[in-house]
Amino acid sequence: MKRFIGFVTKEFYHIFRDKRSMFILFGMPIAQIMLFGFAITNEINNVNIAILDKSKDTKTQKIINKISASKYFYIEQEISSEYQIESIFKKGKVKAVLVFENHFVKNLQTQKQAKVQVITDATDPNIANTITNYVNAILQNHTQEINNTNQPAYQIQTQTQLYYNPELKSVFTFVPGVMTVILMLVSAMMTSISITREKELGTMEVLLVSPLNPLQVILGKVFPYIFLSIINATVIVVLGVFVFGMPIEGSILLLAFESILFIITALSLGILISTLSNSQQTAMMISLMGLMLPVIILSGFIFPLSSMPLPLQVISNIIPAKWFIIIIKAIMLKGASIEIIWKETLILIGMTLFFIVLSIKKYKIRLE
Amino acid sequence: MSQEKIIEVKNLSKKFGSFTAVDNISFDVYKGEIFGFLGANGAGKTTAMKMLIGISRPTSGEVTVAGYDVKTAAEMVKKSIGYMSQRFSMYDDLTIKENITFFGGIYGLSRNKIKEKTAQLVSELGLEDAVDKLVGDLPLGWKQKLSFSVALLHEPKIVFLDEPTGGVDPITRRQFWEMIYAEAHKGTTIFVTTHYMDEAEYCDRVSIMVEGHIEALDTPKNLKQQFNVESMNDVFLKLARNVE
Ligand SMILES: Nc1ncnc2c1ncn2[C@@H]1O[C@H](COP(=O)(O)OP(=O)(O)OP(=O)(O)O)[C@@H](O)[C@H]1O
Ligand SMILES: [Mg+2]
Repeated sequence: MKRFIGFVTKEFYHIFRDKRSMFILFGMPIAQIMLFGFAITNEINNVNIAILDKSKDTKTQKIINKISASKYFYIEQEISSEYQIESIFKKGKVKAVLVFENHFVKNLQTQKQAKVQVITDATDPNIANTITNYVNAILQNHTQEINNTNQPAYQIQTQTQLYYNPELKSVFTFVPGVMTVILMLVSAMMTSISITREKELGTMEVLLVSPLNPLQVILGKVFPYIFLSIINATVIVVLGVFVFGMPIEGSILLLAFESILFIITALSLGILISTLSNSQQTAMMISLMGLMLPVIILSGFIFPLSSMPLPLQVISNIIPAKWFIIIIKAIMLKGASIEIIWKETLILIGMTLFFIVLSIKKYKIRLE
Repeated sequence: MSQEKIIEVKNLSKKFGSFTAVDNISFDVYKGEIFGFLGANGAGKTTAMKMLIGISRPTSGEVTVAGYDVKTAAEMVKKSIGYMSQRFSMYDDLTIKENITFFGGIYGLSRNKIKEKTAQLVSELGLEDAVDKLVGDLPLGWKQKLSFSVALLHEPKIVFLDEPTGGVDPITRRQFWEMIYAEAHKGTTIFVTTHYMDEAEYCDRVSIMVEGHIEALDTPKNLKQQFNVESMNDVFLKLARNVE
């Protein structure tokens, strides 16, 4: 135990005396969260929209005027068919299209309800969300006014449709994403670099000649990063909750358990990488190409998995980060309990065991 | 010098793929002697030494160190030996004191023992004013001497030094060899590799390795006599020529 403490102390000296490590450990998570968080604004003002009025009656005209009169929207153009929607979104001219159904007035009178479809460009998810809310508010306001003037009560229904980003990514999905990336970076990349550093400098030999056994050496090297990763995960969650209002619907204990599980997954990957490389450079390259890239591209963090080609969707299943993101989203946003996410949890545990066994095997071979 | 064998090597070989780095070498080292393990670059010195200290597995052959079989009792062997690797074997980003504390710690020395050793070691090396300096800021010669002292912290029976004087100036080399003598005087066995032939003169016995084989093994005096030359350097040149 005393040896272990001595070892860990030395490891902390390495970390705290290295500017690069300190930056990755503490600067990066905060910078990333702030960047993603504040880049996503909630204000809208004079947003360009298009109108597709299939009914062209007095009622629709009234609503259109009302919308156009608000300071939030500017009617950039009127279009005549649904086929145009895709192309004007592509050109980026408008952020939303309002579609009034055929026979709007008639439907209101006969069925007491009519439909307006709000189609938004959700590449900027918060804006899309806000647009929908504002349109809703204007329509509701309008129906209330009319219903007050003792005409038969009726409803205007809005249907929302999102283009490009149907999962509606926002700060709520960035927090889990950033957390996953940071944990991978700290746990996998930093440990693999710190282990290969000893190999590169030749100190690993000295450690192996000492009475410490290889397992103790690895545990001693890995422990500080478990500790720092837990701190990092906590900082990210706290920022998400207190600065960006991210909810934690589920159990914090479960969230902590799943995070520690993922940290261990990442650490075992880090150890595996360190057995495959003899220089810090190689370890960094393997970590970046083999871990960070898939985490960013295939985990569903930035690009929705459902819109990916099938082969990529299949490959994404072997990315631990994908499962972790599903798990923390479920816990934080939907309040899922272990009964709901046991399958994903088991997959992560399985992957972790696999990596650990593999790195133990590889590690032995390297010693010979 | 005693005739008690402290290292026994029998038919030791190491192959990397089809390349044989160490080819069937056998020799004994006696307790308390300074054993010079000589050879040109790439002769296989480091490879052989790594098998003796148990961090590389022999392709074939037997090694006994301090009475223990390296293959089956590596743990016991590790406790009896100190090692200074060819590459610098301390942490540049730790201070002298932190390095000593760390290495003392992994060998299980008590806190008091470490304190006592640190004080003794820095005063011997004249580094009192530098204990809290990063090792990385020390001149190479000091680093090497410090490294040697740290390899001796746990008072091993045998210390393995892989080119301990590589790249340092002649004066520091002389001082280093004085430290080696002092340690050997206490009864510690010294196993040292070098390719400085003048250093070979300081050894009790030397083996000369050429391309994985041991071509000669005796006291420097006998070797010079046998080859009928004035210096170890000439012995070495003659041997190298014979092999070609
Ligand atoms: N892990 C390895 N894989 C393949 N070849 C190796 C390996 N380690 C050493 N060699 C080769 O074995 C030979 C002996 O190397 P070794 O390092 O033992 O020489 P050395 O006598 O210590 O030389 P030097 O004086 O340069 O330290 C060299 O040709 C080297 O390239
Ligand atoms: Mg060598």
